[in-house]
Amino acid sequence: MSKLNPLFIGLSGVMLGVAPWVINAAPYESTMGLVQKVFYFHFPAAILFLVAALICGVASALFLFGKKPRADGWAIAAAELGLVFGSLTLVTGPLWARKAWGVWWVWDPRLTSSLLLWMIFSACLLLRRYGGPGADKLGAGMALFGMANVPFIYVSVNVWRTLHPQTSVVPTLPTDMGIPLWFCFAAFTMLFVALLNLRARLEHQRARVEALYLAEDEA
Amino acid sequence: MRFYRALFVATTLAVTAPIMPANAMQPPAAMQPPAQSEFLPVEDIPPGEQIPAFTMLGAAYGFVWVALLGYVWSIARRLQKVESELADLESRSK
Repeated sequence: MSKLNPLFIGLSGVMLGVAPWVINAAPYESTMGLVQKVFYFHFPAAILFLVAALICGVASALFLFGKKPRADGWAIAAAELGLVFGSLTLVTGPLWARKAWGVWWVWDPRLTSSLLLWMIFSACLLLRRYGGPGADKLGAGMALFGMANVPFIYVSVNVWRTLHPQTSVVPTLPTDMGIPLWFCFAAFTMLFVALLNLRARLEHQRARVEALYLAEDEA
Repeated sequence: MRFYRALFVATTLAVTAPIMPANAMQPPAAMQPPAQSEFLPVEDIPPGEQIPAFTMLGAAYGFVWVALLGYVWSIARRLQKVESELADLESRSK
């Protein structure tokens, strides 16, 4: 898998470089015009934000209840990627909303719960860095709350009245809008997989360094 | 009685004085713009009040590229540092 990382990063870099031309070829949405094209980067970032929360939650559960120490490395990696992709979502969304809705932000369930998930990831990582002994278990517990938030974020637009488009928008997209969307989604997903792998490897190597320092101290 | 009449006039003047100049400054009805009865099309909004879509789109795409490139660079740098530290420790322990 590690051999695929440079390939995935290179390929996604090329695809993201080509993306503006692919997106430019897509038709304009009738009510929002040009600014709707933010969607082609906003949607993949938002979906991967939720995927990161699920991976982080599952890895944390394996670490807490399955006593698998390596799963902790995957949980940290997913939390950090969740923070990055969450930031992309929470920055591109308001830039689109300012033009389309006339406001940067509204406190509706989708936006508020997404911000909450981003704050859970931030708290998790801060706790892991500065929390001291026992912070790994506390951080894993917080990640479970983050994962529990995911279904709520996804269905919130269908359950409550909100300015945010519903989940039915993507499956009903016309083909000439769907092609650039899935092109960008593929690029983002490849980058996400490669970065998750590299970030988990970083955490596992750190654990090895720590173990070697401990062995040196004992000797 | 004269005192009360003077007080009434003074109070009336004090209350209406700030309103009177405002009324006096109103342009005649013929010069006022017609009342708006419907939403304005986006193209009719004055340029100063329009939000440029291209700026928003450029800012969104620019932020995504800079953030992702920065993150790739940050992971590469951290990984390189840890792996060189690991190699150093492993060579020391042999």
